[in-house]
Amino acid sequence: MHDSANKLAVLRARIGAIEGVMSLSEAALFALGHARLDTRLGGGLARGRLHELFAAGPGDQPSVTGFALMLAMRLGDGPLLWLRQDSGVRGGGGLYAPGLIALGCDPARIIEVRTPDEVTLLRAAGDAVRCQQLAAVLVEPWGAARAFDLTASRRLSIAAEKTGVTVLMLRNDADPGPSAAQTRWRIRAIPSRALEAEAPGVATIEIALIRHRGGIAAFHQRLEWDRDQYIFREPPLSGAVVPVPASGSFAADPARRRAG
Amino acid sequence: MRVVAASPAALQAGLVPGMTLADARAQRPDLAIFDLDRAADAIWLGRIADGCARYTPMVALDGIDGLVLDISGCAHLFGGEAGLRADLIRRLHRLGMTVRTALADTPDAAHAQARYGENIAVMPVEALELPPEVMVALRRAGLKRIGDLTARPSAPLAARFGEAAIDRLARVTGERDIRISPRRPEPALAVERGFAEPIGHIPAMLAALAQLAEAAARQMQAVHRGGRRFEAQLFRTDGLMRDLRIETGLPTRDVPLLMRLFNERIATLHDPIDPGFGFDLVRLSVPWLEVLGPLQLSLESEVTAQDEVARLVDRLSTRLGPDRVRRFAPRDSHIPEQAMLAFPAIERCPESAWPVPEPGEPPLRPVHLFDPPQSIEVVAGIPDGPPRQFRWRRTLYEVTRAEGPERIGALWWRRADNQGLSRDYYRVEDRHGHRFWLFRHGIYGREAEKPLWYLHGLFA
Repeated sequence: MHDSANKLAVLRARIGAIEGVMSLSEAALFALGHARLDTRLGGGLARGRLHELFAAGPGDQPSVTGFALMLAMRLGDGPLLWLRQDSGVRGGGGLYAPGLIALGCDPARIIEVRTPDEVTLLRAAGDAVRCQQLAAVLVEPWGAARAFDLTASRRLSIAAEKTGVTVLMLRNDADPGPSAAQTRWRIRAIPSRALEAEAPGVATIEIALIRHRGGIAAFHQRLEWDRDQYIFREPPLSGAVVPVPASGSFAADPARRRAG
Repeated sequence: MRVVAASPAALQAGLVPGMTLADARAQRPDLAIFDLDRAADAIWLGRIADGCARYTPMVALDGIDGLVLDISGCAHLFGGEAGLRADLIRRLHRLGMTVRTALADTPDAAHAQARYGENIAVMPVEALELPPEVMVALRRAGLKRIGDLTARPSAPLAARFGEAAIDRLARVTGERDIRISPRRPEPALAVERGFAEPIGHIPAMLAALAQLAEAAARQMQAVHRGGRRFEAQLFRTDGLMRDLRIETGLPTRDVPLLMRLFNERIATLHDPIDPGFGFDLVRLSVPWLEVLGPLQLSLESEVTAQDEVARLVDRLSTRLGPDRVRRFAPRDSHIPEQAMLAFPAIERCPESAWPVPEPGEPPLRPVHLFDPPQSIEVVAGIPDGPPRQFRWRRTLYEVTRAEGPERIGALWWRRADNQGLSRDYYRVEDRHGHRFWLFRHGIYGREAEKPLWYLHGLFA
């Protein structure tokens, strides 16, 4: 028994070597700057992987943009390539640099690429992922993005593993289909902590992990972005808000663990 | 409707420009008639001018129906002036063009000779192309030929017919030489290769282009220069030319990189390259050179960080067009949509700092901005108060939190009528936590009776 497990590990390592891909333990993690979240994720999110961020509802696309930007800021200071589609600019608005600063991101880091359709978008993403100097590639297909299937996601994630460039897929109006993403999240905007005179506060979102290739169970977490310190904070609970379930409940369920 | 131009055959049959269409039809019922299209004519003339770049880089348009080529120092490559002229006529003839040519020492003399005959002395005074009243005066004085004018002293002529007449006369006779300004500026570096047998095979053409790129790279390396723009001109045997342009963010002379970009360019062309009967001349030109140290090549294996991103930008810009790969720069304007400038990433970026937000302040500007702003229907408690509810894209949003107004005035000083509506901006949040940036266009009661509302941006 022990012997066969050993053989299996050796075989896996050899396959990994053939594919030229690091195993997850070697891949560096980046912390999100929120103690509880990082503990749950076992230290943070993996660099050089594909992470998919889904909008929970039709109005949550800006929150996905915000979360992707926040992750990119946690990743480092290198240039960011942001791939967008013309239909996305029409439907969701163009990137607005003063708003990026308001979230703490230096617009000089960003190279925006607009593509006429999904196929060009994915082709450009494939090229961008091979450029090691980028801190992250943000890919934002608009709508269901049927061209982004398992093969396309696998191709992107293998390229990302080779170069160590993190790919963030910003998905809106799409159902999580089969994909090779390391993690998948569902993002939702939630009411912010009001400032004086009932003014809207800072960016506040609820993120839900829906799939983790490392087997970490699904959970969800409410977060507030602290622009000045580049960290996530927990928004204080108000009476009108459904409380976060206890952390152990999902993780303890072995069936869910396997499914994750 | 009148006849504007007629072919040689039609002229022989007795048709003249200026006669009415009905008359012309009556004379020749089998007449082929085409509508006048000046724009198409101009495009066609431009294409012929591009094709003439095979003879000399100094090609200029001459009016709406002519070209002037400065062939100083170029003629010997085509077997002398006569050989060049014959070659040009042969090529244009294959395109179905009837041309009149003239060789002269100055552009104006050539212009006149091509239109009014080679002998200056017997050329009609119309060749001077003066205003009609001067023409009438010349005719009345009995001066019908250029020779009549050149035989006389110029001072009395100037007194009677004006200084302009004397100037034109000097130019037509070749006494005064005014050089042409070429249609395309002369490149800093150009290498070319002609083929005895035209090639119609695109890969073969690319191989020739690669050899030219190597030759150009060697020349640039010798002077420690590189180029940021490269232009390949493919001359077809029938006299037309197709050009391919590529651009890079940093100066380069890296042949594999250039060829990759040319391949990318060809792959994304809207109308594929049509070799026709083949290309017989390929030219690679670099419009201008920039300093590029000799070290760059030896370090090729360890490309610097800046380089690798620049290469990616080059590739994407070539594939998608430079306007689609952009960076952002700040612009000093209080109008929200003008506070940012998006410029092609392939250009050199202006170094300027963005304003830093106050610590502890919530985001006051949205991540996404709509241009133009989206029209919405709003219900507000009081006409100049914050919105309570609004409808955008057929969805009703209930506002729970709002901050504002932030009043942004119009650029009234830019307008002739000193008008323009100010905007009152509100940051609002709905029940589900979606955050929006809305504005009321015009101050209620003062600027607008019933101000309209717009959604301008979305907050994260």
